[in-house]
Amino acid sequence: MSDKTIPSNKSPLNDAGTRALIFQIVLLAVVVFVGYYLFSNLQANLADQGISTGFGFLNQPAGFPVLIHLIDYTEADTYGRAFIVALINTVVISLMGIVLATVIGVVMGLARLSNNWLVARLATVYVETLRNIPLLLQMFFWYFAVLATLPHPRNSIIFADFFLNKRGIYSPNPIFQEGFGVVIAGFILSIIASIALIVWAKKRQTRTGVWFPAYWASLGVIAVITFLALAVSGFPIEFDLPQKSRFNVTGGMVLPPEFVAVLVALSTYTGAFIAEIVRAGILSVNWGQTEAARSLGLKDSLTQRLIVLPQALRVIIPPLTSQFLNLAKNSSLGAAIAYPELVAVVMGTTLNQTGQAIENIGLCMLVYGTLSLTISIFMNWYNKKMSLMER
Amino acid sequence: MAIEFKPSPSLPPPVNSVGAVAWVRQNLLSSPLNIFLTLFSFYVLYLLLPPVVEWGFLTATFSGASKAACTGGGACWAFIAVYFDQFMYGLYPSEETWRINLALILLVILVATFAVKTVNKLYLSIGIIAVYPVVAYFLFAGGIFGLEVVETSLWGGLFLTTLLGVIGIVASLPLGVLLALGRQSNMPIAKSICIVFIETIRAVPLITILFMASVMIPLFLPEGMNFNKLLRVLIGITLFSAAYMAEVIRGGLQAIPKGQYEAADAMGLSYWQSMILVILPQALKLVIPGIVNTFIGLFKDTTLVYIVGMFDLLGRIQAATHDANWLGTTIEGYAFAGFVYWAACFGMSRYSMRIERKLETGHKRN
Repeated sequence: MSDKTIPSNKSPLNDAGTRALIFQIVLLAVVVFVGYYLFSNLQANLADQGISTGFGFLNQPAGFPVLIHLIDYTEADTYGRAFIVALINTVVISLMGIVLATVIGVVMGLARLSNNWLVARLATVYVETLRNIPLLLQMFFWYFAVLATLPHPRNSIIFADFFLNKRGIYSPNPIFQEGFGVVIAGFILSIIASIALIVWAKKRQTRTGVWFPAYWASLGVIAVITFLALAVSGFPIEFDLPQKSRFNVTGGMVLPPEFVAVLVALSTYTGAFIAEIVRAGILSVNWGQTEAARSLGLKDSLTQRLIVLPQALRVIIPPLTSQFLNLAKNSSLGAAIAYPELVAVVMGTTLNQTGQAIENIGLCMLVYGTLSLTISIFMNWYNKKMSLMER
Repeated sequence: MAIEFKPSPSLPPPVNSVGAVAWVRQNLLSSPLNIFLTLFSFYVLYLLLPPVVEWGFLTATFSGASKAACTGGGACWAFIAVYFDQFMYGLYPSEETWRINLALILLVILVATFAVKTVNKLYLSIGIIAVYPVVAYFLFAGGIFGLEVVETSLWGGLFLTTLLGVIGIVASLPLGVLLALGRQSNMPIAKSICIVFIETIRAVPLITILFMASVMIPLFLPEGMNFNKLLRVLIGITLFSAAYMAEVIRGGLQAIPKGQYEAADAMGLSYWQSMILVILPQALKLVIPGIVNTFIGLFKDTTLVYIVGMFDLLGRIQAATHDANWLGTTIEGYAFAGFVYWAACFGMSRYSMRIERKLETGHKRN
């Protein structure tokens, strides 16, 4: 071997590691500089406009009404409390939306796979229509074109003890009397009993192979025990029925039209996307699995529940999670039809009154960030639980 | 003596196992549940279809100058006819709308030229990406060659919707590629900057970004420096969709086998050469459906600019329904907007399926 080496090119600029380092230092410097520049502008601007900084405003009286509040709230309360009210509104509509959208999505997804041609076509039309029209337009449609054209309270549409008019949906409001604790205790007890029953049935089946209809039985257990508890404590529940007075409907529980419009729009829109996910998930399970289950003698319902569904769920859950996240974020569109959720209250009214843009927008982003994180942590846990156990 | 075997001619299949009868039996009436579902579906159709057809067509009024002209009891499409220009162009001066049409025709011609085999695709791309936007901008805004200046606050309707959607997607694509490459790179600082950016944007709703663009950007700029609201909203939309685009493209980058990266390295290609010549062409092709989906999502999301006070198609319709001459035409307005958005989004999703099939090179696992 001669001592000739490859002409060395050891200039540090030709070393990939050094170049990456230099590039990153430059990038970091640019980001820091731009951040500092914007921040100093911000401080100068805020000082010019006499806007205070910090979260002190949360303790000042808000002075504006929030129409839908699940906890007590008056205009004299603080911005902080208004924020909590709005937060609750956002969380409530997101959770209810998630439940409803999942139900609609599963039903429509299964309907698209139905062997009934007509049902499959109708479900396809539903999915293709709703997911190709902007959510905001659908919300406007429900709010301005459907709910706003309902009759005046005087001419409410009456359905048993339910009243339907411009101001919302009125339904009987349950009022819990003394002694309702017994019923709650009975209900909790029955749930514990049914869980024990299911565990026992499963253990016995693994041991002896004898099957027991645990789910139906536990439903019965819950119904019987709860009813007994109700009877023992003397039915401690009364209903505040909505009453029709001359010009208005009073009493009862009111679902305001803003709430209904946001909920309906969110759940039908997201339901259409979930339907596609469910359909794709079920189609992803190999047909051979169904054939194998049949040749083992499982009937159709068991084939679906024990063979197809668990495998489909693995495909369904990850995209389902992102639909849930979308739904939670899309609940912010309620601001456009005056549903007092986070964006409307914090980034709308509070920001306008205090002028503290950074704090308010930051607060909003923080809440949505936390909400998204919570949903994805929960769904990731569920996903792990459902995932295939491989050796 | 051999007996010749003569098969008798086959009998025709039973009537109820072929043709329309069999189809109905199999698809509509195969089981009691199925019969019930069929009847139920017919009932739903009966509830929905006749009233809609009657309202939308049979008793509808198609021309007239105010709501008073709509006496049929059905839809008042005259409202759409009267307001059509506003829905399309916003408050853009009506004698100047030819400029928007011209820009659109120009774009269609340029894109159509791609189909011509003899044209140099590189020059054409440069034309579309670099030259066309400048031409279009001056056509829209005016102020050159004696064209009347049109303030951006007058831009609106479907024109604004399309503008926001197209610029948003075109600008977010390169940004998304950079972010995705950054997230996939092994430079820790660059990687974490990209991750923080992408995840922050994806965690919050678009509406907060739009609020930020319309309220907060002026606060971050030095005194006296300000730019127009349309541009601020465009920046917001672009950053937002860039984060989603980055995730879509990252999916494509991850799907490229490691051998491709290694082969590019072995050829002595630099990082950018290997990305541009080897990795990205394959990765982008893989994620075309994802990109189109992002675009469809963005197109629908442009309606949100109405909340920060800009009048896109939905905004103009919302404003028009408050016209005292046309009270009670809300449903017609929404039906029209719904149809336009639906046609655009549905068309795009079908088109993406076609492209997907066309670019399919047989490497996909089935």
